Order: sequence, then C-alpha cells, then structure tokens
Amino acid sequence: MSDLILSPNIDKVDDFYAELLAAHEGLEKADSDALNARLVLVLANHVGDSVVLSDAIRAAALADN
Amino acid sequence: MNKIFETPLYGYERSPDQDSPTPVRRKVIVIGAGPVGLAAAIDLAQHGVEVVVLDENDKVSFGSRAICFSQRTLEIADRLGCGHRLVDKGVLWDRGKVFFDDRQVYDFNLQPDEGYANPAFINLQQYHFEDYFVQRVRELQAEGAPIEIRGRNKVDAIGTHQDHVRLEVETPEGPYTVEAEWLIACDGATSPTRRMLGIDFEGRVFEDNFLIADVIMDADFPSERWFWFDPPFNRGQSALLHKQPDNVWRIDLQLGWDIDKEREKRPENVIPRLKAMLGDDVEFQLEWVSIYTFQCRRMESFCKGRVLFAGDSAHQVSPFGARGANSGLQDTDNLCWKLKLVLDGKAPESLLDSYNTERVQGADENIQKSSRSTDFITPKSEMSRVLRDAVLDLSEQYEFARPLVNSGRLSQPCTYDGSSLNSADALDGPAETRPGSACPDAPLGDEFLLPKLAGKFTLLTIDADAPDTLEEDGVEVTRLALSVKDDLTLALKRRYLGDATSAVYLIRPDQHVAARRDSYEENSFRHAIRRACGKE
Repeated sequence: MSDLILSPNIDKVDDFYAELLAAHEGLEKADSDALNARLVLVLANHVGDSVVLSDAIRAAALADN
Repeated sequence: MNKIFETPLYGYERSPDQDSPTPVRRKVIVIGAGPVGLAAAIDLAQHGVEVVVLDENDKVSFGSRAICFSQRTLEIADRLGCGHRLVDKGVLWDRGKVFFDDRQVYDFNLQPDEGYANPAFINLQQYHFEDYFVQRVRELQAEGAPIEIRGRNKVDAIGTHQDHVRLEVETPEGPYTVEAEWLIACDGATSPTRRMLGIDFEGRVFEDNFLIADVIMDADFPSERWFWFDPPFNRGQSALLHKQPDNVWRIDLQLGWDIDKEREKRPENVIPRLKAMLGDDVEFQLEWVSIYTFQCRRMESFCKGRVLFAGDSAHQVSPFGARGANSGLQDTDNLCWKLKLVLDGKAPESLLDSYNTERVQGADENIQKSSRSTDFITPKSEMSRVLRDAVLDLSEQYEFARPLVNSGRLSQPCTYDGSSLNSADALDGPAETRPGSACPDAPLGDEFLLPKLAGKFTLLTIDADAPDTLEEDGVEVTRLALSVKDDLTLALKRRYLGDATSAVYLIRPDQHVAARRDSYEENSFRHAIRRACGKE
C-alpha cells in the first residue's frame, strides 16, 4: 500500500487543465514533448518519495494493480 | 396529431396601436418570444410595468433546441410563477456514462444536493418551456396585468432617440409604427435588432457543427446521459445521448466545421449513424433533425442607449454545459428590477450600466467554461489530443482523472464579484454567500427560503435585530427574520452563517447578495441600499 494519491486531489481542476493546454499552445510537437518531459521531472522532484514515484510510474503505464 | 410546436399559440390579432393616428408610446417593448423574451415580459408585468412582446412568428420553437435547465433557471422561473410546471414535466437524471473509442471508461451517479427546493437541473424541450411561459402570460392577462404578445409582428426598422425608440413593424395587415421608452432585444443569435443598429458581435470565433436529432423510442432505454469521445460511429468527434420527456431522446453528433450540411441532414445519412450508435435492434422514429452551428462571442456592450440586449442576441456560447437559455434568464433576472426602478424614477439610468457590467462578467465566465469544454471535446492540437486521451485512458482505472474529463460543466449562477452595487463584505461568513452571490436556497420547515426573497429588496436577519421595514430614497426594504433555532437541517447556518453567530444580509430583488454584516447598523445598510441602486 503506497501513499500515491489516486483519488481527486487537484484544486480548481479546470483552471489547471486550461493552464496546461495554454503552456503547450503554439509549440511544435517536439517542443511540446520536451515540455511534458520537463514537467514530469519537476513534479517527480516535488514528490520525492521513491516508493510513490515507482507506484506513479506503474499507474501511468496502466499496469494492473 | 399536431405537435405543440406546430400549433399557433399567439396568432396575429389587430392591435389598436395599428389604427392610432400618431404612434403610441409603450413603456417597454420586448422583441422575441423565446424563453428570454417571455421571461423578461413576465418579470416586468409582475412588477406592474406595461410590456408588449413582438414576435415575427406565432408558435413556440420548432424542435427541442435548449433542453437542459439549471437550478438557477428553475428558481427564477419559480419567481415568475412557472417553476412547478417545468419541474413537473421535466426529466431528472442522475446517472451518466462516459465512452472512449469503443469502450465505456466509467459511469457516475450524481448525488443530489440536499436542501434545495429545485433539482440541480432538468431536461425539457424548449417548446414545452415556452408553452408554459405563454400560459403564464395568459394567466397574468386574466389578472389584468399590462402584458401582451403580438404574433407575426416583425420589426423592420428601429430608430433610436434620446428618450425612446421608434419601431416600424410589419404585420399580415401591413406596417405600423410604435414607440417604446425602452426596448429589450431578445431576438436570438442572429439578432436582427443588432444588425439593424449596425453593432458588431465581437470576440473569439469558435466554429463547429452539430447534428441534432430528436428521436422517439418506446424501447426501455435507460434514463441516463451517455457521452462518447471519438466513438467508432463518429470517428474523431463526439456524441451525446440525453433523455427528454415524452420518450424523446436528444442525440447530438459533432460533425466538425467543413461539412455539407444539407447532405448530413438527410434521413438516409442520419439513420445509419443513429443505428450505429443505438444498436441495430433499437426501434426509433425521427422527430426533428437540425444542424447547429455555434460561435463563442459576445457584444462589447449589452446596452445601446434605450436598447438593451439579453440572451443569445448579446452572447453566444458552445452548447456544452447548457449556458444559452440559462444565461439568458440570468440576464433578464438581473435587468428587470433595475429597469423598474429606473422607470419609477427611484434609481438613475446609470443603474443599467451595472446590468452591462454584471452580465458581461456572466457571459465571459460562460464563454470561458464552455470554451474549455469544447477544447477538451475537440482538441485543437496534437498535444491537446494526447493529453485529452491520456485523461480518458486514466479515467478508466483511476478516480482522480475523472474530474478532468470535461464534457460540459453544470451551469452555475455568476457571482458578481467586484460589482459596483456590492458593499464590502463585513461578515466572516461562507464564501458562497459573499456580496455578489446568488442566494442559495435553504429549507425553512415545510417551505423554502428563496420564494420569500422574491422580487423586492429584503433584509434577511439571522438571529439579529433590525427594523421590519426600511425606506431609503424611495426604495423599500422589508425584513425577513430567521433563526438557526428553526433551522433543523442546518442548511441556513451552513450557507449563510458559517462560523458567525448572527448575520444581516441585504438581498436584491434578483436574490443576489448586496451586502452583509454580523449585525444591523442603520447607516451602513442605508449606504448599501443606495449603492445597490447605483446611487453611490
């Protein structure tokens, strides 16, 4: 049992999604991909906990729990 | 059998105005007998203001059109004497399913919020809505209220003057001229009034086409809202299935911008799409098919001298989230009490500037929310689609991703933060009732709060003293005294007190909060009344 949060936890979820799309607006696909990669690393650093990060990688891979 | 939308409800009748040697000047003329125009007329008539509705047609809307009416709309309709008819006829639903590609990704159950007289929303064909509002007009007429609807009266020209407008009106018996002190244009997205006055319709243009089909199915199909992203039967687009009364189902199929509309509307092209969606074995009849094109934009200003715009004539949004008719009713709710005060000389004409400011704020909020839904449903870039599809893929397994799925957000009333009619918040109370908010309902024993706040300025006191009536510069305010001792469900405490032990609210005739404090203080409430009437 990890501490990875998989229940809704984003404050003002529509504002977040709009901001995410706005960050990508006008970028070439390669630049967009790079932005996403950097964002993953920034967020991973914020999370820090290696068990949580491992679980997050598994969750994103849509592997069965 | 004739459908209600095929039956003339306000057929042409000759008006004495057509035989007057000089043009008759009416107090208020409303152009358009759709939901917004009818709401404006009923509201004004209930305030005792003489109002004439001109409509180029003589029937309610053809086809279902607007079908989702929000709680705020039902509350406004209650004040206009029509709410129970809408709720009695409308369909309530609480279960929805979301599909992506060829599979269901999740389903949800909307738990109704407790402590409101009206449901969060109902589904109801626009023609039923209009029919009930016309019935309400007839009731008011029977009571002697100064309201009339003139069918097949088409406005051909508008002259604007300092203190009135002059209309040239075409009828089956020829043209006539009539004047009005104020004109409210509720003539829809293609507003001829806007065109005749040469006003631009500005903002971001956002274009798409939707095939809308009303289908009659006797089959025992579940009463649920089904939404498809990128389904096999409508690749790259979306689809929506929604239930209406009378076994009518509304189907919206997104078609994209570059299509042959006439071809897409033909039954031989529509029926195979519907069969692919519903299954080959489901029997259905087509009641109505239309192609709907939308743009997201608004007028720069909803007021042009003595001409006031309300509803789709002033602003248009994408259909996701039901913000067309619902926002139009909030427009007239905001406008009519102000116009009444101005007509009675109890408020300066500049009070109407706040109609523009507040409802532009509402329109911008609606445009933002419906544009976000549109961006999710129809991604505009490759990355936008990648992110959208990631949300949908995750939503199948993980609850956290479901709030990110945006197939339309429920229409909520706009809170007029920053409005010049608000007084500074002087209560450590809940955010949902801060100045500018639409008052949330609350149970009061067997009754509810909102009907007691209808159509007039109210001083709502909760465990606080205040005079029973107050008059400030011609504007009367009556007190409604409540106590949490009678608040068995604690909804009043939760929504209006929070951590405070007492409160006094000044509430506008449209049930929005103008001011609040923890106790009554005459001087500050007199200022608040003046402010709420545009006098400070």
